[in-house]
Amino acid sequence: MKSKIRHLIAAMALVLPVSGTVLANEGPALEKAPIDIQDTESLQRGAQLFSNYCLSCHSASAMRYNRLEDIGLSEEQIKANLLPDGAKIGDQMNVSMDKKDAKVWLGAPPPDLSLIARSRGADYLYAYLRGFYRDPTRPTGWNNLVFDKVGMPHVLWEMQGEQVLKTEKNAAGHEEHKLELVKAGSLTKLENGKANTVEFDKRMADLTNYLVFIGEPAQVKRHQIGYVVLMFLGLLLLPLTYFLKKEYWKDVH
Amino acid sequence: MSKGQKLLNWIDDRFPLSSMLKEHVTEYYAPKNFNFWYFFGSLAMLVLVIQIVTGIFLTMNYKPDGTLNGAGIPVAFASVEYIMRDVAGGWIIRYMHSTGASMFFVVVYLHMFRGLIYGSYKQPRELVWVFGCLIFLCLMAEAFMGYLLPWGQMSFWGAQVIVNLFGSIPVIGPDLSVWIRGDFVVSDATLNRFFALHVIAVPLVLLALVVAHLIALHEVGSNNPDGVEIKKLKDEKGIPLDGIPFHPYYTVKDIFGVAVFLIVFSAIVFFLPEMGGYFLEHPNFDQADPLKTPPHIAPVWYFTPFYAILRAIPSFLGTQVWGVIGMGAAVVVIAFLPWLDRSPIKSIRYRGPKFKFMLVLFIIAFIGLGMLGAMPPTAGRTLISQILSFVYFAFFLGMPFYTKNDVGSVPVPTRVTETNGKRQLQFLVLVAVTIIAAYLFGTNV
Repeated sequence: MKSKIRHLIAAMALVLPVSGTVLANEGPALEKAPIDIQDTESLQRGAQLFSNYCLSCHSASAMRYNRLEDIGLSEEQIKANLLPDGAKIGDQMNVSMDKKDAKVWLGAPPPDLSLIARSRGADYLYAYLRGFYRDPTRPTGWNNLVFDKVGMPHVLWEMQGEQVLKTEKNAAGHEEHKLELVKAGSLTKLENGKANTVEFDKRMADLTNYLVFIGEPAQVKRHQIGYVVLMFLGLLLLPLTYFLKKEYWKDVH
Repeated sequence: MSKGQKLLNWIDDRFPLSSMLKEHVTEYYAPKNFNFWYFFGSLAMLVLVIQIVTGIFLTMNYKPDGTLNGAGIPVAFASVEYIMRDVAGGWIIRYMHSTGASMFFVVVYLHMFRGLIYGSYKQPRELVWVFGCLIFLCLMAEAFMGYLLPWGQMSFWGAQVIVNLFGSIPVIGPDLSVWIRGDFVVSDATLNRFFALHVIAVPLVLLALVVAHLIALHEVGSNNPDGVEIKKLKDEKGIPLDGIPFHPYYTVKDIFGVAVFLIVFSAIVFFLPEMGGYFLEHPNFDQADPLKTPPHIAPVWYFTPFYAILRAIPSFLGTQVWGVIGMGAAVVVIAFLPWLDRSPIKSIRYRGPKFKFMLVLFIIAFIGLGMLGAMPPTAGRTLISQILSFVYFAFFLGMPFYTKNDVGSVPVPTRVTETNGKRQLQFLVLVAVTIIAAYLFGTNV
C-alpha cells in the first residue's frame, strides 16, 4: 500500500511540469512580470504613469478616481495630481477622444484598459510595454515583439529610446527574435554597446502592477478576508463539526 | 401541554408538518454504512442554495443590456464590473456565483459517479436516476444560458457556436436557431431571453425536479456501498436492522461534509476565483465583439467532454448534424443506465472484473475527452477524441453484454458491512492513478 502511494506521488510530480507547459498559452515564453500588488508605492508610480501617458487615449471606465484611495492616495493628492480638469473625484476614468476619430487615426479605437490585465495577464503586458521596436514598414514607424503589426505608436519612446529587432538562429536551429537597444532614452543607458534598461524595466513593472490593480481593485482585500474565512472554517467549524459527528455516532459503531 | 406543543398540534391539524418531518427526516431510515461518496447529494443541495441566494443579489445590480454605454462598453458587461467594484460586497457575491457554477458540476459529477459504482440506478431506483438525469440536463441549460450574461467574448462566441449547432438540423435548423436567438446573430434579444430563462424558467423546473428526485428517493430508500436492500431485514418495530434515522445521524455527518466543502469553496472564491482560466476564462474579460472572432473558442470545463464528442464526429452526407446527435446522445444515454445494466449485483464491491475494467476505460475516456475538448483541435487529438468517444459509448451500449454474467469472487452479503478503510484507500488510489493516467495521456497528444 505504502509503495503504491509513493508511486502515486512520484507520478504526480512528473505530471505537474508537463501540465504547466501544455496549458500555458501557445507562443513565446514570457518573462515573469516582477510585480507586487501590495506595494502601494509601486502602484502609485504606476498610477502616475498611467494618467500621464495612457489615459489620454485609453479609458479605464470601470475605475473611479476615488478608488485610488485603496493604493494609499488621499483625496487631495488624487485631485491635485491625477484628476483631469473638470472631472469629479467619483468620476470614471473616461477619455474624451471620439471612438470614430480614433479608428481613423490608429486603425482601431484604443481598448478600454479596466480589465486588460485579466484578459491578457501581467506577463504579457510587461512584455508588451517593453516590446516596441523600430519598423519602417509600419505607418507609425513602430512594431511590437508580442503584438505584431500593433496600431499603437511607442508612446514611451523618450524613456526607453529605440530598439531594433535582431533575428538569430539558436543552437537547435530555431529562429529566435531578440530586441536590441540602439539609442538610449531618458531611463536607459548604452555603455560600450551594452544596454542598461533596469530603470525603464522598473517603471514598466510599476505600470503593469497598476494595470493588475485596476483589473480587480478588491483583490488585496479579497486575500485578507480569505485568510480570516479559512481560519474560521479550518480551526473552528471543521473540528467542531467533526467532534459533533463523532459524539452522535458513538452508538452506531 | 406546553404552548409549543399546542401550537404544533394546531398546525398538524391543518398541515402535515410533524408527519412530514418524521417521514423525510427523523424517521427516514438510511443505511448506516454510507461512505464519503454519499456527501455529494447534500452538497449539491447546498450549492443550489448558494446559487439561488447569490443569484438573487446579482440580479439586483446586473443589467441584461447588450447596447453600448457612453464609454463604448456593453451595459451588461459594465454592470458586472459595477458589481465587482462599486456594489458593497459585490465581488464576493459574484465570485461565489461563478465558483458555485463550476462546483455544482464537480459535486454533481461525483454524485453521478457514486450512483454508477454502487448501482444506485438499479431497480427499484430507476426513477430517482431518471429525475437526476433531467436535473443534470437542466443544470447544463442553466449553466449555458448563465454564461452568456457577463457578455464577454467567450460568452458571446460560445453561445454563437452552441446555438448554431441547432442550425445543422435538416430542414428546420436555420429557422430554429433564429427562433432561439430571436435574431440572426446572438444579440441584445438573445441576452434578454437567456436572462429570463436563467433567472426564472430553468430554476423553477430545476427545483421541481429536485423535489421529485427526493420524493422518489424517500419512497424507495437510499442505496448503499454494499448495494444491500436494508428494507429486507427489519426488527419487530418495522425499522430496518441496518438503518439509522437520517436525523440526527446523517444531518450531523453532512454538516461535517459541508465544513470540508466550504473550505475548498472558500479557498477558490478568495484565492483562485479564475482557477487558472478554467472557472473564469481569460478571454471573457474582453467585452463581447460580434466583429472579432476569438482564435480559439473553448467551452467552460464542465462541457468539454461533450464538446469533444461533438468535434470528434465528422460531417458526412453533407451535414454536420451527426456530431450534434452524438453530443446529445452522450448526455441522454446516461438516463438509460437502469435498463442497460443486466447484472443482478448493484455494488462494484461484488461485481466481476469486466465491469471494473470497463469502468476504468470509461473514466479515462471521460477525463480524456474533457481535456481534449478544452484544446484547439489537431489531427492527432481528433483521432484520440474519436477513440475515446467510441469507448464512452461502448461503456454504455456494451453494458447489456458485459454485465450479464459478471460476478465477483465475494458474494453479496445479506447485511451491510463496515466500511473497510484499506479497501477504500485502494479504490481511491486506483481512481487517482486512472485519472492521472488519463491526464498524462491527454496532455501528451
